[in-house]
Amino acid sequence: MLTYVARRVLYSVPVLIVASFLLFAFVRVTFDPTARLRQSRDVHAVERARHDLGLDQPIVKQYAHWAGGFVHGDWGESTRTHERVFPIIRRAFWNTLQLIIWGVGLSAIVAVSTGVFSAVRQYSVPDYVFTGLSFVGLAMPPFWFGLIAIQFLAVYPKNWFGLDHTPLFFVGLHSSTAPGFADYARHLALPVLTLTVQIVATWSRYQRASMLDAMSADYVRTARAKGVPRRQVIVKHALRNALIPLVTVMALDVGALFGGLVITEEIFSIPGMGRLFIDSLVSGDANVLVVWTVVTASFVIVFNLLADVLYGLLDPRIRYT
Amino acid sequence: MPSDKPVEVAAAPTGGISRAAGMELELLGAPEPAASTQWALFWRRFLRHRMAVISALVLIVLFVVCFGAQWVAPYEKNHQNLLIGAVGPSGAHWFGTDELGRDQLTEILYAGQISLKIGLSVALIATVVGTWLGALAGFFGRLPEQVLMRITDLFLVVPSIAILAIAIKKFGSDSTTIVLILAALGWMYIARVVRGQVLSIKEKEFVDAARASGASSGRIIARHILPNVVGPILVNATLGIAAAIVTESTLSFLGFGVQPPTTSWGRMLSDARGTVGTNKAHLIYFPGLALLVTVLAVNFIGDGLRDAFDPQSRR
Repeated sequence: MLTYVARRVLYSVPVLIVASFLLFAFVRVTFDPTARLRQSRDVHAVERARHDLGLDQPIVKQYAHWAGGFVHGDWGESTRTHERVFPIIRRAFWNTLQLIIWGVGLSAIVAVSTGVFSAVRQYSVPDYVFTGLSFVGLAMPPFWFGLIAIQFLAVYPKNWFGLDHTPLFFVGLHSSTAPGFADYARHLALPVLTLTVQIVATWSRYQRASMLDAMSADYVRTARAKGVPRRQVIVKHALRNALIPLVTVMALDVGALFGGLVITEEIFSIPGMGRLFIDSLVSGDANVLVVWTVVTASFVIVFNLLADVLYGLLDPRIRYT
Repeated sequence: MPSDKPVEVAAAPTGGISRAAGMELELLGAPEPAASTQWALFWRRFLRHRMAVISALVLIVLFVVCFGAQWVAPYEKNHQNLLIGAVGPSGAHWFGTDELGRDQLTEILYAGQISLKIGLSVALIATVVGTWLGALAGFFGRLPEQVLMRITDLFLVVPSIAILAIAIKKFGSDSTTIVLILAALGWMYIARVVRGQVLSIKEKEFVDAARASGASSGRIIARHILPNVVGPILVNATLGIAAAIVTESTLSFLGFGVQPPTTSWGRMLSDARGTVGTNKAHLIYFPGLALLVTVLAVNFIGDGLRDAFDPQSRR
């Protein structure tokens, strides 16, 4: 097990190095931090700036220099605000993390309960309703759902009931005027809902399928035949095993969310990782972009590894080779 | 008539095989009348998937009205009527009008041309490229396989929306470039699927038989292996259309997709974003609805194809 983890970690190092090098080179040739100096009357200004930034060196050397700094905790500074990149990323990361925690928590609860219900009462009316909803959820463009949610859950209720404020907020995560948990919850509701719609459809389908497998397994029939109450069989025998595949899928998906909430954060003006990416891209902030991609890629790698390890821990039949 | 003979000879084994297949199904307790060919069997199973058939009809209608917009659309493209401005749905303008008084139904039909074209071309290119690369990797193993797997590892790690947005920033955002960029990232999934299938099929006896009778590797892949992978390829290609349409609209929504005067459904939503919370909110409903219906229909067709190709996968 330990050797397996060690080997996986070792394998992901070159992947990360190659990925970050390609991105670094790609971002460097796409964005020129000295572009605004081209207007300058000083004909040597661009040249000097390129030399100061090390841009006149071969790309491999530039990368080596950047990677050396990155590993030692020197993540460079933003070419836009001249702030250090590390605090920028940390701030954005914290905001995204809050969305992920609440969104994944809600999605897991909804997915497991609807998935189990659908499997236990297969082909019942609620099963068909959940199946239909999951098809709609899979096809739903997340940005459209976000806009519709703002319109129908925040704006219209305010008009219908003649309120002073919208019942749910859709800008940022906190109000500057009235902080507190209620305010936080009113800010979180819509983005978390949007995120949930994005991921819950897949998860509940997964849960339904694995629960159906478990319900038809021999050990479940044996337990029933021995007279174990139905509810106990469902929860203690079937569900425990049916959760294993879902947990690994969830770990994989969560890893991708750190860089995958671009849309949700954009619509609800939440200054998280996704928003940071868009802002840096629009302003051509190459230093932030490179660090952003390496950080989000690392999360994907770590959670992929976590998924494999969890799978082995939960299902002792899995042998690592 | 002498020309009948070869036809008879060719038809005999096919009939025999499908009759045997029909009997086998009967033994399994599923009474299914013997069909003349595999394709007829396939069609029968597909037609039984009610949602897939309805979706296919919906998509056909959508294609006809979008690409026939010139004749079908109630108004001319970009026809402005500044006197009425943005008003909600009415008899004259079913989907309402925008600030410039442009009929939204007309705009959606024309924007649909771009969205559908991008979706179809991306899926087509990605499928052809992915199928061949996946087949080569699976068939020849070793180096090609290693290269394929390592490349896909790389791209799986970085959020695809990031690569796409940076690439569009670099290479430009006319619709051909967007198609190529989306396809350049889209072929990997299907390549992995095809590789997996080819790995198992290349061990079958009929491949050995073909090789023994002197067929070249290219011929074995094209004539003997790929026809057996048609199911997964077609299913993934279908789902690829939906994925490409959604990705394009997402990029357009973020401002990185097609640029005016070209519009797609995502672009329309991006333009209408500011109307949320105002009395012009009808501008966001219909482009999104068009997207939702299209993707839903494509997904149902993919589901129907999967059931039709592989009846055992059904739950």
